[in-house]
Amino acid sequence: MADAIVVDHLVKRYGPLAAVAGVSFHVPAGSVFSFLGPNGAGKTTTTEILEGLRRATDGHVSVLGLDPWTEAAELHRRIGVIPQDFRFFEKITPREAVEYYGSLFGTQPRPDELLERVQLADKAASRFDTLSGGQKQKLGLALALTNRPEICFLDEPTTGLDPTARRAIWDVIRSLKSDGVTVFLTTHYLEEAELLADQVAIIHHGRIIASGTPSEIISAHGRPERLRFQAPPALADYLRPRLGLPVTVADGRVEVELSQKSDALRVLSAVEASGLPWQTFSTVQDTLEDVFVRLVGQMDDGTLKSEEAAA
Amino acid sequence: MRPGRIVADLKVVTRSYLRNPVALFFSLLFPIILIALFGLIFSGVGNSPVTVQVLNLDDNSHVSQEFLSALNNTSAVKVVVVSTNASDFASWLGQNDDPVGLVVPDGFAANYSARETTVVTVYTDPEDAQDSGVVLGAVQGVANAFNLRAANGTEIVGLDEKNVGSQVFSYIDYLIPGLIGFSILTSPMFSMVDVAASYRKDGIFRQLSLTPLTRAEWLTSHFLWYMGLTFVTAGIMIGAGVVLFGAHVNVTVGLIPFLIVGPLFFVSLGMLAGSVAKTPESAALIGNIITFPMMFLSGTFFQVSAFPAALQSFAHILPLYYVIDGMNQVMLFSNTSRAFYDVLIVLVGAIVIFLLAIRFFTWRDE
Repeated sequence: MADAIVVDHLVKRYGPLAAVAGVSFHVPAGSVFSFLGPNGAGKTTTTEILEGLRRATDGHVSVLGLDPWTEAAELHRRIGVIPQDFRFFEKITPREAVEYYGSLFGTQPRPDELLERVQLADKAASRFDTLSGGQKQKLGLALALTNRPEICFLDEPTTGLDPTARRAIWDVIRSLKSDGVTVFLTTHYLEEAELLADQVAIIHHGRIIASGTPSEIISAHGRPERLRFQAPPALADYLRPRLGLPVTVADGRVEVELSQKSDALRVLSAVEASGLPWQTFSTVQDTLEDVFVRLVGQMDDGTLKSEEAAA
Repeated sequence: MRPGRIVADLKVVTRSYLRNPVALFFSLLFPIILIALFGLIFSGVGNSPVTVQVLNLDDNSHVSQEFLSALNNTSAVKVVVVSTNASDFASWLGQNDDPVGLVVPDGFAANYSARETTVVTVYTDPEDAQDSGVVLGAVQGVANAFNLRAANGTEIVGLDEKNVGSQVFSYIDYLIPGLIGFSILTSPMFSMVDVAASYRKDGIFRQLSLTPLTRAEWLTSHFLWYMGLTFVTAGIMIGAGVVLFGAHVNVTVGLIPFLIVGPLFFVSLGMLAGSVAKTPESAALIGNIITFPMMFLSGTFFQVSAFPAALQSFAHILPLYYVIDGMNQVMLFSNTSRAFYDVLIVLVGAIVIFLLAIRFFTWRDE
């Protein structure tokens, strides 16, 4: 599969500050790529360089084979963008907005169909300043699709939305993928990335600290699978000398890390042999969010290097 | 530039404006309110002849009587002969309701007959430059006619006396071009300064930069909107002035260039001011600094000729002065050559400012 986006040692400096400090990644065409990072990590700067809105200080960037800065006009005909906190002309309705974008791009979108696709058809004739936050984001998404883009850049498209509106946008992202559109998704919601993304990159302090599929990142950086018991802390004291496995207590729950699957039977036997009361048990795995929090924390305290530095 | 994209953007601008009650009020009702307000305040000015108190120290002479009669016949002034002490005449005038005066000197007729210089004195009121100017003009005109007759000169440049009365313009006649100029200045300036700053802050320029719409197309569509709005506003003002106050103005095609280049200049200037400002607050400040001096010193409410010399010189560097002066030339004096000169100045300025606005108005991080 060809790459829709190639980023190679990208640097963006603002005076002495390097907002992006040598980032490299690539996005296969037709995939959903999620770009994650805490506030101020360099996500938006990187995204805006890819969109042709900011000039890179150094490094190489190619989007659909184009230089986003010098070939911005051509690029903008082939991409769709929904920015953070989408704003538009306040007195214009969604139907008029889609018609307007259609005229600018020289396409003939069917406004009602497009608004139906983003579940905004019922507000087609309402003015922008009367729409809710979620409805405004949906309109932003509809406008990003007006020119039938090959890549959609979605910058935190679901921030501040209620669960129903969020799921509606997820559906659109899935349908874009099934139509072969590449989606570059920036989000604060880790479960959203885990659910939708084929590839994920985590950026912090302007550097990539982890990349791959969500499961690859979790297995590379997550803790081992654990057995969790609803039980008194005395159970932990009983298990530690007998199992030789890490045992922790938190929030009235005892967790035992498994180094291999067969450890589970050993743990259950020991718990039964302890004679101590316990209510329930479950297996626990790290989520992408757990990994994200841990990696960001490790980089902040200096125990983790970026992928580039590690390489 | 693609006309289709300009039309599409113009549609959005028009809809946004027409759906904004505050903008509509200031565009359509405010001009009528302005005309009505200023027309009512100054409705008496210029409608009737200016009373001039005449001290005729040569009152038995036929020539002085003839001079005053000719002055009275101009319709611009109403001669009232008074009897008072010549040495106290100035202070007497100062206490009078009509403080403009004329002194015909003793020996006026004798000197005139002997072809010797004789000087009449006009006392003007510095607080009423308009009436004083009317009297000075009328006295000068009659004196010229007498000089010509005395020299047996042939009249080269004649005067159509049938229209003498209409040459005395009332305040409302001057007010209409002034207020059209006011509207040409304020509507686009305030609006574009605000738009430039707020669209940048809200990310709307960023959003538009991701479409094929160019900055020149965007600016052109806004210019077209404000040009159309100016035509409507000018029509409303002229209509209100004529209907409410019986204004006498010529509405000819000569007015059209000013209704085009004026908005082009101030749309571009507003955009330029908004583009160089870092925040909406500083944009508003820059807009006010540019707009307010022009609003009052370009002949909008009062004629520039009534200003002190220093302010007159300052007014001549203000672009709105040339817009208003040009419209005065077209609507009042039918002086097309002077109007052409004015429109040329504004046009050159507008092109320069338009190009500068496009240069400095960026919608992505350079």
